[in-house]
Amino acid sequence: MSDRLCHPERSEGSRPAAGGTNPRRDLATAFARGKAFIPFVTAGDPDLETTEALVRAMAEAGADLIELGVPFSDPIAEGPVIEAADARALAGGATVDQLFDLVARLRADLDLPLVFMTYYNPIFAYGQDRFLDRAAEAGLDGLIVPDLPFEEKGDLLDACHARGLQLVSLIAPTSAERITAIAAEAEGFLYVVSSLGVTGVRTSLGEHVAEMVAQVRHVSDIPCAVGFGIATPDQARAMADVADGVIVGSAIVRLVAEHGRAAVPVVRQYVAQMKAAIRP
Amino acid sequence: MLPVTNPAGRFGRHGGQYIPETLMNAVIELEAAYLRYKDDPEFQAELSALLHDYAGRPSRLYFAAKTTAAWGGAKVYFKREDLNHTGSHKINNVLGQALLAQKMGKTRLIAETGAGQHGVATATAAALLGMECEVFMGKEDTERQALNVFRMELLGAQVHAVTTGTMTLKDAVNATMREWASRMADTHYCLGSVMGPHPFPVIVRDFQAVIGREIKAQLLEREGRLPDVVLACVGGGSNAMGTFHEFIGDPSVRLIGCEAAGRGVDTAETAATIATGRLGVFHGMKSYFCQDEYGQIAPVYSISAGLDYPGIGPEHAWLHDEGRAEYVPVTDAEAVAAFEFCSRTEGIIPAVESAHALAYAAQLAPTMGPDQIIVVTLSGRGDKDVAAIARYKGVDLYE
Repeated sequence: MSDRLCHPERSEGSRPAAGGTNPRRDLATAFARGKAFIPFVTAGDPDLETTEALVRAMAEAGADLIELGVPFSDPIAEGPVIEAADARALAGGATVDQLFDLVARLRADLDLPLVFMTYYNPIFAYGQDRFLDRAAEAGLDGLIVPDLPFEEKGDLLDACHARGLQLVSLIAPTSAERITAIAAEAEGFLYVVSSLGVTGVRTSLGEHVAEMVAQVRHVSDIPCAVGFGIATPDQARAMADVADGVIVGSAIVRLVAEHGRAAVPVVRQYVAQMKAAIRP
Repeated sequence: MLPVTNPAGRFGRHGGQYIPETLMNAVIELEAAYLRYKDDPEFQAELSALLHDYAGRPSRLYFAAKTTAAWGGAKVYFKREDLNHTGSHKINNVLGQALLAQKMGKTRLIAETGAGQHGVATATAAALLGMECEVFMGKEDTERQALNVFRMELLGAQVHAVTTGTMTLKDAVNATMREWASRMADTHYCLGSVMGPHPFPVIVRDFQAVIGREIKAQLLEREGRLPDVVLACVGGGSNAMGTFHEFIGDPSVRLIGCEAAGRGVDTAETAATIATGRLGVFHGMKSYFCQDEYGQIAPVYSISAGLDYPGIGPEHAWLHDEGRAEYVPVTDAEAVAAFEFCSRTEGIIPAVESAHALAYAAQLAPTMGPDQIIVVTLSGRGDKDVAAIARYKGVDLYE
């Protein structure tokens, strides 16, 4: 199984740049060396300097792709942990302009794929074209937009493609027959929502993940990464057994909330431990 | 111009379904069920019986003779939604949605509430139909409207005080959407206004359209003609949409929505979306929202918990774009003055929400002739607001 999931045909590296000065990275390359570990942090929590240090530390500890959360006033797909982090980041004055600068600084020496996890309104309010131009220039590779389902993505998708950016699609346990349509058009990787509800640590999860991935495989060999609720190495291992990678957000954001500016070594150790669990 | 949506649930450029994938099948299932039942004679008969026997419809169209004389212009009528069971127009929509949910096999209703009117109506329908009910209400609103919290609990509902964000209506909507995403197999989200993802704006409008249909029939019987102006307050906009819908195809009828300006549209303490908002995407819909330059949703303010919302329903946004309806801001001070005027002049204590519509009618009526007619929808009664108005006036009340 792992052979097929390695996607050697996609692992050749960057796709040609279409808008910015940096070459875009195909998000699928994150899965080229085996099971991928994808951490998430809310950008600007507790401040942008710490976010920058956290991203570098997570990359060094073995992250294969990193999600930067764009803080939003009303993140309806998030649980209390990430919502509180968004509120802290906004209270600290973080703006999307500063986030583009952060990505540009990281790009000076980081080569792994970087994506924004952002609600649609910050893109829309900034001006979709202006937002994507700046994202591409800064060196971002893709976007995850949790409130833009299959039916509404068309406009943004075309604008992303014009700049060589990828737009990640999500499937959920309720998606049922929608999975086929979504997977057939998905690019980069497919975000498999492990269970009902919002983001946040759970004690049990993922009963339907293997089924969902099997349904995807009927129409696509796109890498599948599982997110929502994963916090422990055991959970990560179990999910990686049935998918191509795992996404961890709230558990990391909770460490940042606990340790503040001192979170960097703690998060580095956590990421290394989780990575070791899925790719021994 | 017809008040219809295209298949993607759009009103012009507004509307749509901007929600997490987890919720998509729930709204698709809801749309299918609504299409199945909306013209079903048995469903409609059941709903009509509930509206008539239980909610007390049709609500009265009352000629406000003293108000007409005091304002010295157009004849003024009040559409008395305040006389409905539970004291507001919210019951119209809730009975429709609860019945629909029951047909869909759902056994549990969840709802957001601002002033508590929609929460009370949902708890009422749940009690009547033997369903479980949980209501999400911003913590600040549970304090502003403590009596309504206890009223919901008396009706058997569980009330959750929402402590995130601004702790008002928008945060209650966030919390209810999150709850729905975690449990939808047995649960219907009984959304309270003409907002949110398709098909909610259509469903809520259709269930509230009884207001305008009755106004038209009652006024034709009484005056033999259409009104010149219909007015209603607008937060999300359900009583206004229900008032307007029947008249959209009658170009001689002016449609005026009255937004909550709070302390004024030139201050940050306002909830007047059309006056101060910009196009955006939030709570499942594209529409106008109060927001900052980065698209962060603004913390809005109004004395009225029911209008304290940073957005407006997508059909209103479209009626605004088309110039078919007008939207005007009304301040706290103007609304409180109208609240007191109506209480003393007509012996009717209106909801402070509805008082926003009365306040603008008071400006408009004197500019019109005695042969012209204004209908103001009194969306609810004001018992719930007595303590808040006392506080506003600096009166120390023991509740």
